[in-house]
Amino acid sequence: MSATIELPLASATTLPVRDLGAAPLGFRGRIRGIRAPANGVLPVAELERRLLELGFVEGARVEILHQGLFGRDPIAVRVDGATIALRRREAGAILVDALD
Amino acid sequence: MNDLSPCQRELRVALVGNPNSGKTALFNALTGSRQRVANYPGVTVERKEGAVVTPSGRRVRLLDLPGTYSLRARSPDEAVTRDVVLGHQAGEAMPDLLVCVLDATNPRLALRLVLELKRTGRPLLLALNMFDIARHRGLEIDLDRLSAELGVPVVPSVAVRRGGTKALLARLDALAAAAPPAEAAAPTHSWSPPDAAELRAMQREADRILAATVREPQRPDTLTSRLDTVLLHPVAGLLILLAVLFLMFQAVFSWAQPPMELIEGAFDALGDAMDALLPATGALGLLRSFLHDGLISGVGSVLVFLPQILILFLFILLLEDFGYMARAAFLMDRIMGGAGLHGRAFIPLLSSFACAIPGIMATRVIDSRRDRLATILVAPLMTCSARIPVYTLIIGAFIPDRKVWGWVGLQGLVMFGLYAAGIASALGMSFVFKRLLWRRTPTEPFMLELPDYKLPRARNILLGLWQRAKAFLRRAGTIILAMMMVVWFLSSVPRPPEGATQPAIDYSFAAMIGRAVEPVLAPVGFNWEISMALIPGMAAREVAVASLGTVYAVGNAGEEDRTELGQALAGKWSLATALAFLVWYIFAPQCVATLGVIRRETGSRAWVLLTFGYMLALAYLGAFVTFQTASALGAG
Repeated sequence: MSATIELPLASATTLPVRDLGAAPLGFRGRIRGIRAPANGVLPVAELERRLLELGFVEGARVEILHQGLFGRDPIAVRVDGATIALRRREAGAILVDALD
Repeated sequence: MNDLSPCQRELRVALVGNPNSGKTALFNALTGSRQRVANYPGVTVERKEGAVVTPSGRRVRLLDLPGTYSLRARSPDEAVTRDVVLGHQAGEAMPDLLVCVLDATNPRLALRLVLELKRTGRPLLLALNMFDIARHRGLEIDLDRLSAELGVPVVPSVAVRRGGTKALLARLDALAAAAPPAEAAAPTHSWSPPDAAELRAMQREADRILAATVREPQRPDTLTSRLDTVLLHPVAGLLILLAVLFLMFQAVFSWAQPPMELIEGAFDALGDAMDALLPATGALGLLRSFLHDGLISGVGSVLVFLPQILILFLFILLLEDFGYMARAAFLMDRIMGGAGLHGRAFIPLLSSFACAIPGIMATRVIDSRRDRLATILVAPLMTCSARIPVYTLIIGAFIPDRKVWGWVGLQGLVMFGLYAAGIASALGMSFVFKRLLWRRTPTEPFMLELPDYKLPRARNILLGLWQRAKAFLRRAGTIILAMMMVVWFLSSVPRPPEGATQPAIDYSFAAMIGRAVEPVLAPVGFNWEISMALIPGMAAREVAVASLGTVYAVGNAGEEDRTELGQALAGKWSLATALAFLVWYIFAPQCVATLGVIRRETGSRAWVLLTFGYMLALAYLGAFVTFQTASALGAG
């Protein structure tokens, strides 16, 4: 779940695509897509819709602002002006391009 | 409808919006204290309705719908919002107008909800709330352009300032004059929940509109991020949370003391006044006992917790309005999650240290039904303040007052152990319930918006407190009172015969039951007196102390008699029995008021029976093991 996923990149950047669940504190990036795992807690479509409802859509800027003490979990993510708390497990469904 | 002039027809308006949009503050500003809080039939979702009169004199009935991010409802609260909006809610007339409340400082997610609401075809008005803060931050919103892009009228509003709702009220007037009745405007197409592609498209459209109409703030809010650097710090954040909780506890127990004594004193005086009016014997004696021991003492023993409940809710409301509650859930999520509880279960469980009743009421903040039920089931295991008199009596009588390891008082250590046992059993049981009851249902993910910090407003806090107090008093006056009556009946009827030498309770049904169940309770070391005291103890745990006082003929076990009662008990009980009694009280479902609230909040008798059953089983098992072990070690 936390493995870095190599996808062909449309942009000129050479930074790898990764999932937000594995990103470190202070990570800044842009959402490339939502890919809910098939073996997740929620049905794939349900997790995807919940993330979309909280503003995690393609193109949105994200930044990991805070993380918990135990297992660096949960994380607080700034998404285009709002701050959302979620667990790394669910954040793993959010694929992101890193920005500098 | 047609024969009524537009001015006579009452306009039905429903407020919809994201959580934290300031929707309730706006509702409070519009309706003031003209609010009615009830429940939707069959569910425990709060229904808040209020009356507003517009400048032209039109009456408006305003409904505050539960906050939601989408009409694609997931929790019972959100289902109510969806059903009212669509006109499907049983017993609820379709609103003539929906007012979507949007936090002007954080409009992105709300705009998507506006687009979703638009698809229902219902008449819609957009209120840009907290407009003053947005302007202060230099956030520029092109209202006309926004209105044109959305195809929805837009008004600014400031819920917390006098006159901040003027534009909204004026617009309601204008719309009401033009609006057809809700039925006529009902959409003909059927609504279906949006799928992922539609949600995506709506958010993209919302982002496009946002880019076209809102200019980024020149002075963005830095207070929230600066505060969060400390308050959400992995270590410092947890320490601050602990400190906040410690302060809350101190307040609940020390500030509440004087008013509690006042209430106790008032009810004692009332009871004495009753005694002076009626004779102690005969039919009137039964009436006197009913009025004094049943009615006055019964109501008094519950009302005495009102100060603690109010102080507790004062803290909860302040922290909630400030925006800290979501942070507390964030900090505690991992710790609570280990026991299978939701991060938001933290505050209800904490409240249960004062009394399980407000704790169970506070579980309403948990939106997943399963997580909420798990919290309700274990909340009564937290050591409530009604157990304290029982604990102090037994500890004072049986645990020697000496130091262990040189500096720790043994009595205090036992008290701490009892609290720790309560917490451990609550966490353990929630883990067990998760495994047994909800093995197949997956854990709800923890996803929560962390709102910007805001200064709490006195008006909102006071209204919230008033509503909590009313809810508690209504409960104390109805279901709890009824239960108290039953308990009184069992411990007072039949009356002792003429010339009886034993205390009156010895002749009652309670005594008969006590003697009947004695064989069952003998393995846990309880004699028939204890078995009997458990019955009046059902009214409130600490009443068991008074009953023990009565049955051991120590008179009315008031404060000054407690040492005396303790000495009497020390002479009559073995240490093993006393320890078993303590352990029994960690678990025992000895409070009809709690059971009544569980019935109300879960809407089902099955959960009451489950709570009662599992707690009784734990109490029996715990007391049995304690008594047998202690006896084997020579404390019998």
